[in-house]
Amino acid sequence: MLYRQAGIRHRRYAAERQLWPLTFDRVLVGGVVLFLLAAPFTLDRLYLGSYLLPWLLWSSAALGLNLLMGGAGQIHLGYGAVMAIGAYTSVHLVRSGIPFELALVLAGMTSAALGIVFGAAALRVKGLYLAMSTLAMQYIIDFTISHVPGISGGTQASLQVPRVTLLGMPVTGEVTPYYVALGLCAVITLFMLNVGRTSFGRALAAIREKDYAAEIIGVGTFKYKLLAFWVSSFIGGVVGAVLAVCYLRIVTPDQFHLDLSIQLVAMVIVGGLGSVLGSFFGAALILFAPIFFNNAIGTLATQFGLGISTDLRSHIPLMLYGALIILFLLVEPLGLAKIYDNVRKYFLVWPFRHVRK
Amino acid sequence: MDFILLCELAISGVLVGLMYGLIALGIVLIYKTSGLANLAQGALAMAGGYATVAFATLAGLPMWAAIIAALALMWLGGMLIERVMLRRMIGQPVIMVIMLTLGLEIFLRGVGPGLFGSAVKPLDLGIRQAPIIIGDILINRAYLIGGAISALLIIATIALFNSQIGVRMRAVSDDQTASWSVGIRVERMIAIAWGLAAALATAAGILWGSVQGVDWSLSLLLMKALAISILGGLDSIAGVLLAAVVVGVAESLATGILDPLVGGGTRDIVASVIILMTLLVRPYGLFGREHIERV
Repeated sequence: MLYRQAGIRHRRYAAERQLWPLTFDRVLVGGVVLFLLAAPFTLDRLYLGSYLLPWLLWSSAALGLNLLMGGAGQIHLGYGAVMAIGAYTSVHLVRSGIPFELALVLAGMTSAALGIVFGAAALRVKGLYLAMSTLAMQYIIDFTISHVPGISGGTQASLQVPRVTLLGMPVTGEVTPYYVALGLCAVITLFMLNVGRTSFGRALAAIREKDYAAEIIGVGTFKYKLLAFWVSSFIGGVVGAVLAVCYLRIVTPDQFHLDLSIQLVAMVIVGGLGSVLGSFFGAALILFAPIFFNNAIGTLATQFGLGISTDLRSHIPLMLYGALIILFLLVEPLGLAKIYDNVRKYFLVWPFRHVRK
Repeated sequence: MDFILLCELAISGVLVGLMYGLIALGIVLIYKTSGLANLAQGALAMAGGYATVAFATLAGLPMWAAIIAALALMWLGGMLIERVMLRRMIGQPVIMVIMLTLGLEIFLRGVGPGLFGSAVKPLDLGIRQAPIIIGDILINRAYLIGGAISALLIIATIALFNSQIGVRMRAVSDDQTASWSVGIRVERMIAIAWGLAAALATAAGILWGSVQGVDWSLSLLLMKALAISILGGLDSIAGVLLAAVVVGVAESLATGILDPLVGGGTRDIVASVIILMTLLVRPYGLFGREHIERV
């Protein structure tokens, strides 16, 4: 129906290798890109700054984490710390007068260099033990940042981000930060879409499936695990830097605590491990479901005079994260992306259901 | 640094460590029988604390009855978690199971304060505030009683593992398929381990609740419990006893000696450093079995 194709019939190798072989998908992607590009002129500034911008940034971070968790199968409970390293590096560099373009790259490099340390733990241990060691590192980096006055500006201190310019444009107001985030998100998305088709992506997939089997067929697990941590941390650092400059504006240590890491892991799991589209879905659900439910319950409480305490309302986000993670793992372990995929597969061959494999 | 202060720090460290050990014991029990790490153990302790407070204040039970009711409720809760959630996850990658328990932890951390209010709930076990004085050394009475009860419970668990049911649990932890083939009900043993772990977490929640009151911060004990269980070896109950003392003393000394130098907060970092050092130097812990795959 929508896809006008009962199954995919390729006649050329080039057609088979396309990212989006179907016209419908191409139109859909084009539509979304156009909507995102036009958003500053069509949408209310409130929606732009407090919904679309964080969604793009959190999706980018989730994509970076997804490379590691979905791509290489390494669990990472300290991604918030990686982003913190990027954010603090870039802010300090910009404050000392280094241009933002350079600071962005250097922030990524610093995050990657320290992220390799997480990776070094992954070389010795895996699975459960890796979860523990990344958890421990999250705490250690939090502690270091908040207790070294040179980094955080003292305990309980916040660090104001100075005005920066990117490629000659001042990143101020609402619109430019949005386009910066959009550009970053586009670059990361394109990278993630294509990484699965490179030797690097295939090596990661081999390690994810069975690491000693990968070693036997000649994929160096040592090299590729470290590379996976390097690339993922680089993305995390750059996203952290852009997050600090475009969204947070004032950086404090508690913005990057364990809560952020867990939020990102929840996005990856709820969205779908290893799925690019899933990261966007997951970020949207995890970011906006608590807000939506909070508002809904607030309206219900005032409309019907239900006595819902503020304590209950303020803990709804936590309950929702937890419940969403549990429900998705039990019911649909491959996440929202899989649900979308099921629907798409159904319509792909509709109404000739028998051709579906 | 005078000797008396060091002694005081060390003694309170041992006692506090034993109280942490009670939570670690649950993690070890579950790991030993089913090979899963339960990251919700801290939240279970918190839930146990809340359950006790609820039974004592909302239902108006006397404290001893409230404690027994909470232990029974949490025992059932633990078995229910195993039945409803973890049994369905058998065969899934370890990353999924870890995330499931983490999701449970987050969920419980929202439900507890959400239902009962986020203010700290006092939990009075009738322990007097006045410290015990031996020579020049002051010992906190709540820590002394808590540490003693924890040590007893840990030793009782070791003893349990020598009883008939314990032998079955050891068989399950050794080889699930083999235990199955000789007629041991593997799922039941795992369920018992979960019930036991939840009840032990409740005991820890009650002891800690009497010290610092019941609120969401009880779930932060998870980190210390993880440090203890990893240092002791995830499948060694005797390891918990030793590692609990080591972690407690290390934390207490760090608080007493390092805090004035770096401006506070070292208490929270000691556990993380211990986890990291253990994993880098001796990943299977002091007494754990060497079965960690490395590639």
